Amino acid sequence: MRQALCIGRKEFNAYFASPIAYIVIAIFLLVTGWFFFSTFFLFNQASLRNFFGLLPTVFAFVVPAVTMRLLAEEFNIGSYETLLTLPVGFNDVIIGKFAAGVAFVAAMLIPTLVYPVTVAFLGALDWGPVIGGYLGAVLLGAAFSAVGLFASALTRNQIVAFIIGLAVCFSLTLVDQMVFFVPQAFVGVLSYLAADVHFQNVAKGIIDTRDIVYFLSVCFIGLYAAFLVLKARN
Amino acid sequence: MIRVENLTKYYDDVCAVDQISFNVQRGEILGLLGPNGAGKTTTLRMLTGFLQPTAGQIQIGNFSINDGLLEIKKILGYLPESAPLYHDMLVFDYLKFVADLRGIGAPRRLSRIRELGDLCGINEVMHQPIGELSRGYRQRVGLAHAMMNDPEVLVLDEPTSGLDPNQIVEIREIIRRIGKAKTVVFSTHILSEAEATCDRVAIIHHGKIAADSRTAHLKETLGGRSQIQLMLEQADPAAVQRELAAVPGVTRVEVLAPADGAIRLVLTCDASRDPRAELYRRIRQTDWTLLEFHQETLSLEEIFRELTKES
Repeated sequence: MRQALCIGRKEFNAYFASPIAYIVIAIFLLVTGWFFFSTFFLFNQASLRNFFGLLPTVFAFVVPAVTMRLLAEEFNIGSYETLLTLPVGFNDVIIGKFAAGVAFVAAMLIPTLVYPVTVAFLGALDWGPVIGGYLGAVLLGAAFSAVGLFASALTRNQIVAFIIGLAVCFSLTLVDQMVFFVPQAFVGVLSYLAADVHFQNVAKGIIDTRDIVYFLSVCFIGLYAAFLVLKARN
Repeated sequence: MIRVENLTKYYDDVCAVDQISFNVQRGEILGLLGPNGAGKTTTLRMLTGFLQPTAGQIQIGNFSINDGLLEIKKILGYLPESAPLYHDMLVFDYLKFVADLRGIGAPRRLSRIRELGDLCGINEVMHQPIGELSRGYRQRVGLAHAMMNDPEVLVLDEPTSGLDPNQIVEIREIIRRIGKAKTVVFSTHILSEAEATCDRVAIIHHGKIAADSRTAHLKETLGGRSQIQLMLEQADPAAVQRELAAVPGVTRVEVLAPADGAIRLVLTCDASRDPRAELYRRIRQTDWTLLEFHQETLSLEEIFRELTKES
């Protein structure tokens, strides 16, 4: 566990040592800020519902960009070999890198805390959905990070890792909009798979164990798949 | 210290390492020699636990690679070929990261990094990003990385490739210094390097061990077909040829062009016996003047070519 913590800390610092962190954060804030405030005054409601409504789609693009380098870069420059011959196991590597990804997503959300604060000045803001929304955002970020880490474990090319991660995360986000194409029997399964539905539930301020279990399952499946890929590599 | 038995590795259908076995004692420096693609790197990667062997056993210290991998990693230091390190980290930060992973606590950490800085000569680049370092410095940072935990077993994959002659001498010096108390295994395709640094050499070819013995011994046994050079004065070439060809063990006598009344001979001998004593006895019985008499064993270079040439 100590090893995982070392790796996580190193990865988190590595984000801020290169320009990628600042670019990703800037784009994230720009996109969410623009889409949120462009309609905010038209609705004339003191709520963050639009911000959170948009978040899964934005995350489907941003989170794979955050996680794409975690393993692919190591494979590419060969440092994976030096890392793995230090006294660490596969699980330390995966948990450490996953934790760094989640921590980065959380750090990315911190500047958006000015939205609820400013909105609270403009009207009576209901803080329940806001807290739920941020909790959901971290859970969603964690689930997408796990998927992104798995994509990163598949290849030594960061672009490929990004595209695979994007494809999976985007599918998970939009799958509930596709249900009318499929036979009735699969509708229940497909709508359970939809990250967006679970996220919106949490963002309403309703903390339901089913939603929490969903996000934790996606995390577990993503990380375990990454673990198997690393194991199969040698 | 290291025991390898019937180690085999297949990449899909390609056999990279084929049933090799060797032992390394504590305080011994083993050089793995071989042409490119012989299986040296694959062997070292399995030794360090980075690759899983297809079959075979590896034991390091009291631990087996199958169930004690983490314990092995704790007593082992490894520098992969061309020192792949994180490019955007500072040297100091990187060494600190390695110390953390090695479980070297904060009080000990700084002094250890300083020691390694002195040993490997990287103090002046401590605060530069690894990606900006020259090849030689990066190799030294890699060496510092490998020696962080003062390892019982040090494994180095082509540690001197890409270095300038001065750096090569320095790195060899470090290897020899460490090799006095610790076990060192390193690979190289430079023969003079193995000759200069190793106690023992294992030549790998096509994934098999073609020869494994002490450096001096290897030269003696495989140099069995040695050559003896003679220079005689006041001698008749025909008589010399007749006389010396009769000595048991001498397979061929070649008389080189005489110069200044002396003749130069090259005798080729087989490995069965050492003809030198007999040769000397016979020459003493004649009235030839012996000017020169020395044996040349095959150099490691020739042995290597002999063993690894395509049949």
